[in-house]
Amino acid sequence: MLIVVNGEEIDIAGCPTLADLVEHFGLGDRAVAVELNHELIPREQHADTRIRKGDCIELVTLVGGG
Amino acid sequence: MTSTLTIGSLEISSRLIVGTGKYANYDLMRSALDASGAQVITVAVRRERLVDDRGRSILDFIDLDRYTILPNTAGCFDAADAIRVARLGREILSQMNNPGREWVKLEVLGDRQTLLPDPVGTLEACRQLVKDGFKVLCYTSDDPIAAVRLKEAGATSVMPAGSPIGSGRGIANPSAIRIILERLKSGDPDYPVIVDAGVGTASDVTIAMELGSDGVLLNTGIAHARDPITMATAMKHACLAGRAAYLAGRIPKRLYATASSPWEGVISHIPGE
Repeated sequence: MLIVVNGEEIDIAGCPTLADLVEHFGLGDRAVAVELNHELIPREQHADTRIRKGDCIELVTLVGGG
Repeated sequence: MTSTLTIGSLEISSRLIVGTGKYANYDLMRSALDASGAQVITVAVRRERLVDDRGRSILDFIDLDRYTILPNTAGCFDAADAIRVARLGREILSQMNNPGREWVKLEVLGDRQTLLPDPVGTLEACRQLVKDGFKVLCYTSDDPIAAVRLKEAGATSVMPAGSPIGSGRGIANPSAIRIILERLKSGDPDYPVIVDAGVGTASDVTIAMELGSDGVLLNTGIAHARDPITMATAMKHACLAGRAAYLAGRIPKRLYATASSPWEGVISHIPGE
């Protein structure tokens, strides 16, 4: 299934939900915020939010900044 | 004693807020944060790196019980993006249960070269974020009118730039900062005004504090100093010195000298007398 994650088109299998996708990238235990098609999806909804073909997803975290 | 600073519901004893960007490595950052004595530190919101080895996260080097994390909207050039980033930052900090989850350091920038704020976008984003329940600490230029508008829009703190971000030029226009302080604190003396950006060395912090600013926010001045840890220590003392001098009340500047030793009882010949 083709989706766009952080601006990159990827072909992903076995990730029916956002929670699965976050886990797929090894971010399950990290502080991460997720946008699905420009809409913020709170962490508690990740397991119930299904990913569809063509979805645009942002996975963001905190980095050093001023 | 007015040594603590209240920003919204948070009371902090250090008036220095420091950024976490541009350090050579995380260990150095951690030591510099410690030396600065800061209780509030800023961070940015960015994409996770998914392909290359992500390595260690900045969060592994920050004691979340010690620091309040202030997420910024750096890199945003319009209100919509800044609002998006603020919400993402809140989502991350909520997961960490950090007091900074209610806060955002709002930056809506005009262009990449000057990094000066876009006043229209900043005001628009500030209004929306206040509506969304954020405590907005708002980066702005040293324009007093823009500062007044942002306070009216509900900013928890207005943070005028001393000079452009990362420029190290210090407080370019002390008169403008003075006017901002006068306008924003008129009838509201506890309203927090924090000088944000442009600090190059310790005396810049002292000058900002001597003018009556409630705090100073800086990053590059420490992170890019030859010895960041020693500079962080200097910045801490500079902030304390400037605050104390402001509270103590400086003497007026005079054109001519006034003797410190008494004239009475001098045995010397005084020219012209």
